[in-house]
Amino acid sequence: MTTVSTHDDRLAGELAGLSSPAPANFQDAVFARWVEVDGPVGALYVAFTDRGISYVCPTQWVGGEQDRFLDLYRSRFGRPLRPANRAPAGLAGALRSGKGAGLPYDLRSVGDFDRKVLAKTLEIPPGEVRPYAWIAREIGHPAAVRAAGSALGRNPVPILIPCHRVVRSDGATGNYGFGPQLKVDLLHVEEVNLEETRGLGRRGVHYVASDTTQVYCYPSCTHARRITPAHRVELANAAAASRAGYRACRHCRPG
Amino acid sequence: MTDDLPLRLSQDLEEAFPDVVSAYQHAVFTVALRMSAQPEDAADISAEAFLRAYTALRGYPPQRIGQLQLRPWLLTIVLNLLRNEARAASRRPAEVGLVAVSGVDDGREGPAEHAQRHDGQARLGGLLTGLAEPQRTAVVLRHVVGLPYAELAAVMGCPEGTAKSHVTRGLHRLRSMIPEETT
Repeated sequence: MTTVSTHDDRLAGELAGLSSPAPANFQDAVFARWVEVDGPVGALYVAFTDRGISYVCPTQWVGGEQDRFLDLYRSRFGRPLRPANRAPAGLAGALRSGKGAGLPYDLRSVGDFDRKVLAKTLEIPPGEVRPYAWIAREIGHPAAVRAAGSALGRNPVPILIPCHRVVRSDGATGNYGFGPQLKVDLLHVEEVNLEETRGLGRRGVHYVASDTTQVYCYPSCTHARRITPAHRVELANAAAASRAGYRACRHCRPG
Repeated sequence: MTDDLPLRLSQDLEEAFPDVVSAYQHAVFTVALRMSAQPEDAADISAEAFLRAYTALRGYPPQRIGQLQLRPWLLTIVLNLLRNEARAASRRPAEVGLVAVSGVDDGREGPAEHAQRHDGQARLGGLLTGLAEPQRTAVVLRHVVGLPYAELAAVMGCPEGTAKSHVTRGLHRLRSMIPEETT
């Protein structure tokens, strides 16, 4: 208890008592952290904040140069970052399994439309692909196919949010932020039937159906790949499928 | 201790920026806490102020960084953010009115002392929100943060004499709002 002489001193003293230290974890809200981890096709730089994972960059994309990655991050997000002692919980498992849906992401830099596209992309299981048009339709903007493609091109957390699993409707793999070859490599690791899908696409076949279950799917759908050759029907479009009396698969939802 | 920070920042932004945050986070947070209509957002606003500062520094030439007066510069940034927040909030009517602000628990005092101090602080913090601008800013910067008049004038963009009279008038007004027998 200090004794104070005048009202002014006393008021000044009380005002000084209103000063407050920042919360103990304050710097976590300012600085991001980063780690280097093994990914499905080579090492990755991963940055994360107190909200979740915010950026993924294959080390080969920056020639293995840490400083180039750090600079990319700082310019894109306007946030300083420091090395982390350990990777975020669940990251290694998600990279191993190809299932990133359970991880927290910091998508504050991402707009509403892009966020819907990314959330939808998280639903695509490893080993399967969907066309850009599927994303656009599923988020309720069927005409916004190109916009969906652009949104995926801006995906700040590729591989974890698997934009590499979104391909062209004709079966070609299409573009990828880190070059088309990395997209093909990622899909091969996940054992997507790329060559088959591409071959079908070239012949104008976009769906396959089973004449026993009467269900049609995208060719990479786990259910499509179980259809035995004897019961497999190739279809050009959804109209042909419904003419044949087939219904759309509830897993891959092909139109 | 902080005298060489502008020079170090100008030489290596990434290396020195953490020290800038450590040196000024309490001042920035205190201003956010005492000046915001939504004190629960004080930490977010403070973090945003440092991110704005960081982005600005990345674009400044080293010479300009070396000449910065960091504390008034950072406090100007957080005050601008608070003004924008208040403007945005006034477009969303009937949300939160004037809130009595309490200090953050530093966990180093007993429950009784805490309750007593907490009470007095909440009351005084509440009275502060009743001060009009620019007296409120002047009193908070001068007496809560402890800014010298030169820096106060820099933040408020006015001559030192004017800053002093804002403080004096603010204190006078504050005293008139306090009932005779306080803690």
